[in-house]
Amino acid sequence: MKTTIKLLAIVLGSTLIATSCKKSDPTPAATVYYQQQDQKGRPAINTVFNGAADKDGFNTTPPSAMGAIFQPKFLANVVALDGFLKSKNPAYVNYSTNALGWDPTALTTNLATDVLNVTTTGTPTLAALTGRTLADDAIDIELKFVVFGGPTGASNPQLTSDNVNTNDKPFLASFPYLAAPF
Amino acid sequence: MYAADHIDAPAITGQTTDITDLYVFQGATASNLVFVANTQGLLSPGSTATAKFDENTIMEFNIDNTGDNKEDLVIQCKYDAASNSMQVYGPILPSEIGTRSKLEGSMTASVAVTAYGAAAVTSTSAAGIQVFAGPRDDPFFFDLNQYKKIIAGTAIGFLAPGMASDAFAGTNVLSVVAEVPKALLGGAGTLNVWLETKKKI
Repeated sequence: MKTTIKLLAIVLGSTLIATSCKKSDPTPAATVYYQQQDQKGRPAINTVFNGAADKDGFNTTPPSAMGAIFQPKFLANVVALDGFLKSKNPAYVNYSTNALGWDPTALTTNLATDVLNVTTTGTPTLAALTGRTLADDAIDIELKFVVFGGPTGASNPQLTSDNVNTNDKPFLASFPYLAAPF
Repeated sequence: MYAADHIDAPAITGQTTDITDLYVFQGATASNLVFVANTQGLLSPGSTATAKFDENTIMEFNIDNTGDNKEDLVIQCKYDAASNSMQVYGPILPSEIGTRSKLEGSMTASVAVTAYGAAAVTSTSAAGIQVFAGPRDDPFFFDLNQYKKIIAGTAIGFLAPGMASDAFAGTNVLSVVAEVPKALLGGAGTLNVWLETKKKI
């Protein structure tokens, strides 16, 4: 089916090119192109996992090319952060695996390709990695699952919730869902 | 200052291309998905009325419905200054994928941009695509300042409930919200979605 659609697109595209070359169309409008400037799938990935030198480059890379370029850098940064936190607090429990069973290599492999996985058959939530709702406590979810919480999500409790758990304005039950501005 | 994706990189900080957040969730109608693109974050109430969408920046939801992290469909949102409206293209198979885009196909929906302080203006197309564009409260919440102290090594943990504070309280963003029937999105149950801002070249 997808192949059919692509073939159809090629055919339609050819037709458009042919049309624009006709003599009866003396001033065909030039095609306007737009170039990628910023990119985002999951919350806070570029902010947390990339060093300063890589932030612009990450934003202008298509997701299908991100893993090969950025996973090794993410891994180095996660290992460095883990060591840094231990150096500041002897009670800090070093990262082993998260609640999904991911070690640092699996973690960074899963997150370096920055797309938001979304289910179309259930109720999407960030905690289940099936979407992101307005009310999802993105930071707590990422702290627990992704960085500090260990296999149970309960390690390092001083680092697994920022204790800001809701928005400062209630969301709307119907479209457009986001609250009116301040 | 940086957070979910607010001001995450030097090149786009303070630009109309700066994404703050992407949300994708089920609509009040369960057969719809809602796509939210927030940009130009940390607007104070005093600066929100003059914040504008940019004719030269498109906001593009990319949807992979085959699991290869390459877009099979795009939903493109382009501001038109002459009519002060947000024009939507797609969901449609793009003619090229990756870092460069052009507007694809014909406009499928449009909505007048809601002015600061006015009631939300919404519009629903014949295909069932509902759209909003305008300033909204930033739905993101995070004690960013304490996080920065942890990363700087001057604190070992977050503050207790009641002591912690939301660094995004009282700030606004420019939002585009598109509610789209799932039937237009394809796939066998799982999509991969990402948001890109793209600037006219």
